[in-house]
Amino acid sequence: MFYIYCPYCGEHREEEEFHPKGQAHIERPKDPEACSDEEWGDYLFFRDNPRGVHHEMWVHAAGCRKFFNMTRHTVSYEILETYKMGEQPSITADSQTQTREGAAVSQQEGVRA
Amino acid sequence: MQRYSGFGLVKHALSHHENWERQWRNPTPKKQYDVIIVGGGGHGLATAYYLAKEFGVKNVAVIEKGWLGGGNTARNTTIVRSNYLWDEAAALYEHSMKLWEGLSQDLNYNVMFSQRGVLNLGHTLQDMRDIQRRVNANRLNGIDGEVLDAKGVQELVPIMDCSKNARYPVMGASWQPRAGVARHDAVAWGYARGADAHGVDILQQTEVTGFKIRDGQIYGVHTNRGDIEAKTVGCVTAGNSSVLAKMGGFNLPLESHPLQALVSEPIKPILDTVVMSNHVHGYVSQSDKGDLVIGAGIDGYTGYGQRGSYPTVEHTLQAIVEMFPIFSRVRMNRQWGGIVDTCPDACPIISKTPVKGLYFNCGWGTGGFKATPGSGHVFAASLAKGQMHPIAEPFSMFRFHSGALIDEHGAAGVAH
Repeated sequence: MFYIYCPYCGEHREEEEFHPKGQAHIERPKDPEACSDEEWGDYLFFRDNPRGVHHEMWVHAAGCRKFFNMTRHTVSYEILETYKMGEQPSITADSQTQTREGAAVSQQEGVRA
Repeated sequence: MQRYSGFGLVKHALSHHENWERQWRNPTPKKQYDVIIVGGGGHGLATAYYLAKEFGVKNVAVIEKGWLGGGNTARNTTIVRSNYLWDEAAALYEHSMKLWEGLSQDLNYNVMFSQRGVLNLGHTLQDMRDIQRRVNANRLNGIDGEVLDAKGVQELVPIMDCSKNARYPVMGASWQPRAGVARHDAVAWGYARGADAHGVDILQQTEVTGFKIRDGQIYGVHTNRGDIEAKTVGCVTAGNSSVLAKMGGFNLPLESHPLQALVSEPIKPILDTVVMSNHVHGYVSQSDKGDLVIGAGIDGYTGYGQRGSYPTVEHTLQAIVEMFPIFSRVRMNRQWGGIVDTCPDACPIISKTPVKGLYFNCGWGTGGFKATPGSGHVFAASLAKGQMHPIAEPFSMFRFHSGALIDEHGAAGVAH
């Protein structure tokens, strides 16, 4: 069970109030008609799906009903931060590997699991 | 390979069953193979087995970072069916179903395939229309199927609440009598034993850490036990496929989600078929051991942790108790999660990739187990010939650029 801090409500709430909505910071092509099939397919269907730090959107469905962003580790499931739409994450995969041995953790987890 | 038989059982009884031979070797990796299969789950082992047995490629290695069948093969709810809507998917799953029907004999290994039938319930008028459409499509494709009304369902499963008083009354169901369940571990072990007997090297505790690629052509893999060379590499790594694709320098249209399942304490025989419901969202069958095997939908967030959230478990059990009030006081024994690689159109990817010689078989999402034999067979054919098998052809990863999707969300069983 996640305990999620909604950046709009300003408080922690239980996971059941929220829905995950997939990878964050995907930009819709400015001129879809000018896209090649590859570019349009990539935009619609292809996702990062990293084993590690992931930026994703959630919606506070049973609360303020606003979308926000979350940085979360996809192996430990640790929520590293939540931030409002339009803001940029302060924690990224690169900053994580410098500050902690994220890769080592995920590898260990994988073997144990 | 020592063949298993009733006579063998008697013979080994005389020596107190202490002299059974090992089912597969534990070889040291060779420097070079013709084909490397990455991933020692059901699909990977099946691929290796058919490569060696049917397509004459015997210099094959299966590389597994953990142990055989330790991933989703050991974590699924063992349901086997082929009642998919679209021609492409129906061909693939029915190909698999036909292999299932002779699998124990073929492998000389009892995979306990039990064709006890699968019910897909309908709770709304739209459900029933979809069921009629799907059953008609199935029949046109030579797949058995019937549409049952509530009375027919009640006759098959007397313990189910088919009354009008239910919160979501059962209006009917699709019924595939040839569908059923199989013993998941036995599938992995049977294929491993068969592949080993045909000379396949099964390398456990060996993790692929990178691909060796030169001029867009693969020529080997890096592992924690040294480099191994092969001009053809097939990745069958389920939830970790995106991670491997990145090593190859490309992306896949996959998202890895936890999918949870649970079993109850063993109880006396009470449910002799498989019941699935999209609408109240759960599925249940009873194993030969007596425990109820229960599953439902994925956890909505992406994750590689092989565990999910409790609210999902709670929703699953709410659905089961809604359908079977009689189960309300059955205690649950164990609960676990596996990592399923879901595709946007709920169909798998069996495909060449931008790297020559590197093939992927992934994206099976929540329903890969049923396809194990067929997936292995068509993937092996594709690897052996360097050209995709006609059944595998529509499942190219490039369909997400061409737009030729195969939308199986309706028949994929539960929300995907």
